[in-house]
Amino acid sequence: MKTSIFAAGFCVIASMATAETPVLTVYTYDSFVSDWGPGPAVEKAFEATCGCDLQFVGTGDGAALLARIRLEGARTKADVVLGLDTNLTATAAETGLFAPSGISAKYDLPIAWDDATFVPYDWGYFAFVYDKTKLATPPADFKELAASDLKIVIQDPRSSTPGLGLLLWVKDAYGDQAPMIWEGLSDNIVTVTKGWSEAYGMFLEGEADMVLSYTTSPAYHLIAEQDDTKAAAPFAEGHYMQIEVAAKLAGTGQPELAEKFLQFMVSDEFQSIIPTTNWMYPAITPAEGLPDGFETLITPAKSLLVPAGQADALRDAALAEWLTALSK
Amino acid sequence: MADRAFKITPLIRAGFGAVLLLLALIIVPLAALLWRAETPAALGAADWAAVRFTLLQATLSAGISVGLAVPVARALARRQFVGRGLLITLLGAPFILPVIVAVLGLLAVFGRSGILSTILGWVGLPPVHIYGLHGVVLAHVFFNLPLATRLILQGWLAIPAERFRLAASLGFGPRDVARVLEYPMLRSTLPGAFMVIFLICMTSFAVVLALGGGPKSTTVELAIYQAFRFDFDLGRAALLAGLQFTMGAIAADVMLRVSVRSMMGGGLDRTVERWDATAGWRDALLLGAVALFLIVPLGMILMDGLPYVFSLPASVYQAAGRSLGVALVSMVISTGLALLLALLVVRLRRGAVLVESIGYITLAASPLVIGAGLFIVLFPLTDPVALALPVTALVNAVMSLPFALRTLVPAVREVENTYGRLADSLAMSGWVRMRLVMWPRLRRPLGFSAGLAAALSMGDLGVIALFSDPNGATLPLQMYRLMAAYRMDQAAGAAVLLLGMSLLLFWVFDRGGRADADV
Repeated sequence: MKTSIFAAGFCVIASMATAETPVLTVYTYDSFVSDWGPGPAVEKAFEATCGCDLQFVGTGDGAALLARIRLEGARTKADVVLGLDTNLTATAAETGLFAPSGISAKYDLPIAWDDATFVPYDWGYFAFVYDKTKLATPPADFKELAASDLKIVIQDPRSSTPGLGLLLWVKDAYGDQAPMIWEGLSDNIVTVTKGWSEAYGMFLEGEADMVLSYTTSPAYHLIAEQDDTKAAAPFAEGHYMQIEVAAKLAGTGQPELAEKFLQFMVSDEFQSIIPTTNWMYPAITPAEGLPDGFETLITPAKSLLVPAGQADALRDAALAEWLTALSK
Repeated sequence: MADRAFKITPLIRAGFGAVLLLLALIIVPLAALLWRAETPAALGAADWAAVRFTLLQATLSAGISVGLAVPVARALARRQFVGRGLLITLLGAPFILPVIVAVLGLLAVFGRSGILSTILGWVGLPPVHIYGLHGVVLAHVFFNLPLATRLILQGWLAIPAERFRLAASLGFGPRDVARVLEYPMLRSTLPGAFMVIFLICMTSFAVVLALGGGPKSTTVELAIYQAFRFDFDLGRAALLAGLQFTMGAIAADVMLRVSVRSMMGGGLDRTVERWDATAGWRDALLLGAVALFLIVPLGMILMDGLPYVFSLPASVYQAAGRSLGVALVSMVISTGLALLLALLVVRLRRGAVLVESIGYITLAASPLVIGAGLFIVLFPLTDPVALALPVTALVNAVMSLPFALRTLVPAVREVENTYGRLADSLAMSGWVRMRLVMWPRLRRPLGFSAGLAAALSMGDLGVIALFSDPNGATLPLQMYRLMAAYRMDQAAGAAVLLLGMSLLLFWVFDRGGRADADV
């Protein structure tokens, strides 16, 4: 009884707040809303024009974000979800919780984008990052890496987005031969971590020669720390892509505001915040170009990406192979 | 005591209330997950492999931690030296460190480019290979040896000084003291210490994965994580969490039955003077080795972070303030629940083991499952994000309850055994009995439990990650955010701040409890 009174009171206050200024609730992953992510700048810029209150809610990473939306179902408070990637969009679309975006833009992505629901806002390539002062000639592909005695740290695909990216990277590049590649790599892998932070921290501490990260990681060290010793190794097989997207919820009470936000997301203002806060490539290159330093990053010869519809089926098979190869 | 009448007092009633609260926190999230599951739940071969590995590593970790802790605790109990108090306080440190920080600290010593490998390199030996089951056990011993030492040390300090005085006057040597006084105490202390550490290691996941070297080191907690986040199979997540609870419950039950209550009799609560401690160099060597094992990795963490502690962004300090609030609330809840449960367990004639087990198996809870389950329950009622901090405080309190119970149950039992009849015959009850009989004798264990609960709550990420509110981050969460934003240096600074605050909290309460108990 008390709870329902409490809940009722809560709703009254919540609706009073809505009456004053419309609130747009955006669910995203935790590092987006942190003080060092794009969240604060995006909020300020959007609120300056929308006459609304933009509220971010952060939760884990992309996969945790989708799990949260699925837990909440149709009653979710979210108007927009920002931070899913192409490995998750098919599953997300299947839930039927998302609505067509109504956004069209000229994206600067390495691939054509024609999804009506999910709007991309940034992207990057997975890559092995190394220290140039310690490793003069990095391996040129997975086979060379497997044959070398270099040590690498990777992330577990079951608990980490980059870890899943690597799984699909090897699978997409090698198909049926993927288990062989993993067996070859097994003596190079120092360890597998829960998330990106552990792995990257271990690499910086000197525990491994290379770490699975992004081609854009060296840009952080160069721009924020004036440290040009880090580089990403270009692999001949091509590099697997991560495209991060946002979408409008079908059940949103603020459909126009949500669409306005998605429109803002592909604008110059939002896009120019991305490179030095999320350390990814903006989906649309801003008019003034990329920040100084991004030109030093490697450009993969080939972009790999498993189509959204197939990612789900492929990842289960790939995970089973990965577990078998590394558990020996 | 058994012949005294069992009266339902308000305290006993509150104790039953505490049991119900715990049961609800264990059962409701599981039920909620099962209710929301989209497919019928089933476990696969990989899940059973995870169960086997979990049991193996937890048994090894707990066994070695407790085995090593016995001589260490004995050395600490019978020696007086400069810095003893500091060493005992530092023993609390590894345990309250966020996992990721402790792992990096350990790697700075035992890693491929750590101190040990560097030294080995000088004499032409290959670097240490820390990754594997032995690495997992090493890390768990680093975390839990200090805790085991503290728990066993409490047992040693609870032996009344009069026993040692009597032993000395009877001309007991170390061997006789061990047989007559120390073995009985260990019989009643060790099983509990083993169980608590077994349960902690059972749910460990990030450290197992990082130091285990790959997917062959998959624990049940990781399987839960995978079921929830990779497969969104809520039913399987709930089943696995249930399995984890069952393992925890069996462990708790077995240990509580194995442990034999010691009957020490009363003392005058005076300081312990020992006449039997010979061969000081052996204790000194042991304590030195343990101090080195614990302090070098901590020192590396300090060295990494100290330069950045005072230049952290304001938001990190705000988060620290928030964490302090959560820790204090959590401490009050945890100590209160533990005291109620301890009083209940000691009074109950039947079902005491069951009640005590319920207090322990909360340690076998998966924070992810509790978080997700509570989320499902709270979501239709209110905004879970608005409740992030209270929920975190509650869950942290319940997670640190077992340590408080481990210290309080034997203490309360001792007081009741020794002074219960006298208090009864004086018709002392309720508040008066609490104040005059219990309080002076429970100060030390209460202070220790309160300090530990507060410190644990400071460092625990627990459920906050699922409920997090961008403007309501706690210090550990803020530290992870710094890391996720490549700011490893500032994250190291935040870790030092976290460590400092946790230790200070622990020290203040632990010290408060001991304030005049030694006089």
